[in-house]
Amino acid sequence: MSTTLTPTTPPAPTGPGGLREIDAHTRGRKRRSLIARYVLTAGMVIALIPLLMIIWTVASNGVGALGWSFFTEIEPPARREGGGYLNGIVGTVYMVSIASLLAIPLGIMAAIYLVEFGHGWLARIIRFFTDVMTGVPSVFVGLFVYAALVRQFRFGTIMGAIGLAIMMLPIVVRSSEEMLKLVPDDMRFASFGLGARRWQTVQKVVLPMAGPGITTGAMLAVARAAGETAVLLLTALGSLQVVTALSGVAQSSITLLIYDGAKQPFDPGKERAWAGALVLMGFVLLLTITARYISSRARR
Amino acid sequence: MSQTSSEAPGALRVTGKARFGDAFFRIIAYSAGLSVLVVLGLMIGTTTRDALPVFEYQGLWSFFTSDEWRAGFSRTEFTGEYGAFSFIYGTLVTSLLAVVIAVPFAIAISLYINRIAPKRLAKPLAYTVELLAAVPSVVFGLWGLLYFGPTYVRPVMELLNSTLAPIPLVGILFEGPIFTTSYFTAGVVLAIMILPIITAITREVTAQVAEDQVQAAYGMGATDWEVMRKVILRGAFPGIVGGTMLGLGRALGETIAVAMLVGGSQRWGLSLFFGGDSMAGHIANTFQDAAPETVLALIAIGVGLFVITVIVNVAARALVWRIGRVAGDAAL
Repeated sequence: MSTTLTPTTPPAPTGPGGLREIDAHTRGRKRRSLIARYVLTAGMVIALIPLLMIIWTVASNGVGALGWSFFTEIEPPARREGGGYLNGIVGTVYMVSIASLLAIPLGIMAAIYLVEFGHGWLARIIRFFTDVMTGVPSVFVGLFVYAALVRQFRFGTIMGAIGLAIMMLPIVVRSSEEMLKLVPDDMRFASFGLGARRWQTVQKVVLPMAGPGITTGAMLAVARAAGETAVLLLTALGSLQVVTALSGVAQSSITLLIYDGAKQPFDPGKERAWAGALVLMGFVLLLTITARYISSRARR
Repeated sequence: MSQTSSEAPGALRVTGKARFGDAFFRIIAYSAGLSVLVVLGLMIGTTTRDALPVFEYQGLWSFFTSDEWRAGFSRTEFTGEYGAFSFIYGTLVTSLLAVVIAVPFAIAISLYINRIAPKRLAKPLAYTVELLAAVPSVVFGLWGLLYFGPTYVRPVMELLNSTLAPIPLVGILFEGPIFTTSYFTAGVVLAIMILPIITAITREVTAQVAEDQVQAAYGMGATDWEVMRKVILRGAFPGIVGGTMLGLGRALGETIAVAMLVGGSQRWGLSLFFGGDSMAGHIANTFQDAAPETVLALIAIGVGLFVITVIVNVAARALVWRIGRVAGDAAL
């Protein structure tokens, strides 16, 4: 915005030294910027490759051994063809169900404490240590359950479930807490104003509003538990049979069978491991995507 | 309770059972909240109790610095030698390698998604990267062991070996012989595994750099790259470090995939292509055959691992705390 009084003729737009001319330095900067764009785009593309590659490899290798019998028969000796992962599937469903029953209600209650009652130092400490717990190595959780319980009560379904529950707990607490915090305080005050008590408010107003979000968190926790191996290695140990006993007998899981199948040298066993990976990954990805879908719909 | 006049305070209070509803509810919620602390406390207490005799037997210093690990077979006393340095080295070298590989990609993805990608693509792309976090670790292990390691990582190792090994000093890291399952293989797969968590945080913090600063930089004639480098990356730097540490914590504790890919030799070597072992990996690999005294020694490794990961995690949280606790599912 030049409002100078002295009239000056603008330099001619053409020719060397004109305004339109871009000097070498600027051209270099522009070029660098362009190169950076390409490099960043390339980085993005390269980062997408592993996911696609995993999905593709697992699907193409796993589909061969996948059939009806995969879900109805137990794992035969590794060098024999056919058979399936029934023992692992039963174990995983069994243990993840019990772990969910343990961890999800407890985690949601803990989150309710943090949001509805927790204003002091104790809540801050709990919040902090929940964060710490999300970072605890899974093998350490397994060692703990082994040291505290398994040595006395033997390997078994319930031990695996407890280990999985400990892995799930911080995930449920944190995600539920975030969702409960999103419920506007006005809703709570309105509920109080109508004469509702704290527990009625939570039960009838807060939880229904946060419901989809909490479901999302719980589903992610279930997905995490279903894919967990290290904890189970130290608590459930693995089994060649279908185990229905709650405790006292070592239990199998899909992940443990994949782990063993990958390490042994025979091809039929490896093929079943790929098929197991396909089933497990399909389940976990489906759960994760559904969870995302629910939360994105609820947010709208 | 006797009937009081309606003007008296508390007249609206319900009598009978309902009165205790809130108190009861409060106690339940309170104990649920405490349960997290109790579980964590028990975890630390029980494992430390089991690990102490090992530290006493071997000596704390020697446990962490000696590389002589000879599992004993006794049920009642200690007979083996328990120097965990080989595993500590393996854990550190694989995790650092993973971070070194993953962080540049995480930054590139964040900048691409936030500043370059068409608006329609940004969300799906971010989501796809985060989906990687959902893939179970044993699937990464299987994939790395039977497919990715032998077909892709091995040729890369051979290439690095032939080009970089002759260089003095640095060359030591790339010396042969090459093992298909090695620190390097484990590190590369770990990098893929921790990419989503680092990306989730860096994406969040780069998106939060104030838009007026960005516009101001453009106004002064900065190019896209200059804005990214000098405004966005500089502003987001603490958060990026925090995200990196969070990824490092995850890498240090990762068990099954590393156990399958790192080699499992109980020794260590300076070369990245050496098939060594990591702390978590060694526990998973040998636990099933371990005699009672060795189990205690494995628990001692677990305690050491726990201490390292907690330190890294707490440092990470301290850095990311200000920026906000949640950055997508991947960070959970």
